[in-house]
Amino acid sequence: METTREVIRRFITTNFYVADPAQLGDDDSLLDSGVVDSTGVLELLVFLEQEFGIHVEDRDILPQNLDSIARLEAFIARARRSAA
Amino acid sequence: MNTGIPLLHDGLSDSARRLPDKVALVCRGTRLTYREVDRRANALAHALVGRGVERGDRVVIFGDNGVDVAVAFWAALKANAVAVVVSPQTHADKLRYLLEDSRARALVADARLAGVVEEAARGSAHLRCILVAGDVAENRLEGMGAERLASALASESGDEPPRRRCIDIDLAAIVYTSGSTGDPKGVMLTHRNMITAATSITTYLENVEDDVILGALPLAFDYGLYQMIMAFKMGARLVLERSFAYPAEVLSVAAQEGVTGFPGVPTMFAVLGEMQSLASYDLSCVRYVTNTAAALGAKHITTIREMFPRARVYSMYGLTECKRCTYLAPEDLDRKPDSVGVAIPNTELWIVDDEDRRVGPGVVGQLVIRGATVMRGYWEKPEATARKLRPGPLPGEVVLYTGDLCKLDEDGYLYFVARMDDVIKSRGEKVAPKEVESAILAIDGVKETAVIGVPDELLGQAVKAFVVLQRGATLSVHQIVHECQARLEALMVPKYVEIVSDLPKTTTGKIKKTDLR
Repeated sequence: METTREVIRRFITTNFYVADPAQLGDDDSLLDSGVVDSTGVLELLVFLEQEFGIHVEDRDILPQNLDSIARLEAFIARARRSAA
Repeated sequence: MNTGIPLLHDGLSDSARRLPDKVALVCRGTRLTYREVDRRANALAHALVGRGVERGDRVVIFGDNGVDVAVAFWAALKANAVAVVVSPQTHADKLRYLLEDSRARALVADARLAGVVEEAARGSAHLRCILVAGDVAENRLEGMGAERLASALASESGDEPPRRRCIDIDLAAIVYTSGSTGDPKGVMLTHRNMITAATSITTYLENVEDDVILGALPLAFDYGLYQMIMAFKMGARLVLERSFAYPAEVLSVAAQEGVTGFPGVPTMFAVLGEMQSLASYDLSCVRYVTNTAAALGAKHITTIREMFPRARVYSMYGLTECKRCTYLAPEDLDRKPDSVGVAIPNTELWIVDDEDRRVGPGVVGQLVIRGATVMRGYWEKPEATARKLRPGPLPGEVVLYTGDLCKLDEDGYLYFVARMDDVIKSRGEKVAPKEVESAILAIDGVKETAVIGVPDELLGQAVKAFVVLQRGATLSVHQIVHECQARLEALMVPKYVEIVSDLPKTTTGKIKKTDLR
């Protein structure tokens, strides 16, 4: 079964344009590497909701939560813990 | 410097002389005083001059909103050159076109865009130097014949700028804009054009030295660039944000920095409207909110009033060719919510019919603008220039035929009706259908395509492509979108793709877009 990190990576590399997916590190900023722009962030929110059932509060829509594959994974883990 | 020659960068130099220790620029944790910004710009100007940049040469600046891009703009002016700020979303093909079209002598770019630069600049006949800001590998620098910006600056003094050689009718900037005819056109703006626009706008916004202006719009977008020009002209402070991608972060910075001016586009207000809980940020510091690119609409006006309780709201309208045409004063917003207002100070406007006769109230026709904000023309495109700049009332003068259909009411307030060509306005920026169509047509298996703008709550207009496949081709919508992502800037990628069996045509075989809407 795919890990959370793999699911995130698959979503990002298939939904956004990533010239060379192997070059995108788990800690790379999605904004700085030009993968995600402002509408891209909105697509990430829809993905978190649909794939993981996580509703992101407006105040939590922050780069520290969403701006890399690793940060997304950590954010999902935190959201699951607080839901449990 | 009172030389009797007003140049655009005097806005920075004068404020640096008057308020050297005041913080001019706040950007992602960096705070620079006027003295620091001015000295950095002087040093970079010397570096450019030392690498062969002469009066009137074009300097392309390619990067995200940040200190380096901001400083490079002023440095280009101080080097007596012409600044061309290019969107960081630009792909290599288009960047190559812009470098070649402008015959740029120098390129200043962010390190993260080095790959795009390397591809675009390869074999350029005109570029004399490439300066890369930020961390970049040595072998990559060598491969592209570039230098680190930091090392280029190390040996330069920021005490004084290079010798001033321009006069105010020289070009200060070229802003590339998409037209319906495909290839981007370079709007030539003189120092006088830009000073006139900045003076007019700061007058009606009643900007003061104590203003703290938010810059969340790209510096590559003239509305974003003018926020910096106007802030520095007033000796105010610019809070530069990389983008509006994370609204909560931008609003929290705005509250923390005591932002007084909040420039936006309808897309930003649509996002804020969906994030009602953000209204809890204390944004009572915001004195005014501006909007351009499209009319605000009642919904956005409500959002703005809830989020910025003390702000005066200015709805504005314009085009790059003259920067700004009109503004609606805050006190008129409720009275005339659908109007884009009256001519900005120091410009005039009227409306003509197809025979170039002025028309009265209520009649739709082409908007004409007269004033010192009107561009010098399109860079090396005399025919396109002649269509837009035509003889005005005084001998020898030209006025701008905007190509926008508008009407006036009995009180002289302007209403925008439509563009005469079919340029799509998405997120406040222009998308030329032809540019998107060319990219789609280049995909294997596509037979023909037509691209139009469809109304979209968030984007203003969204790009929609109708695609006819070649016989036997098995392209999916997803594949087409993915191919577009590889070829086009994000805002040009169609949000909707519909695969159809054929397209409506005129008798001469031209695609009839009106039938697609």
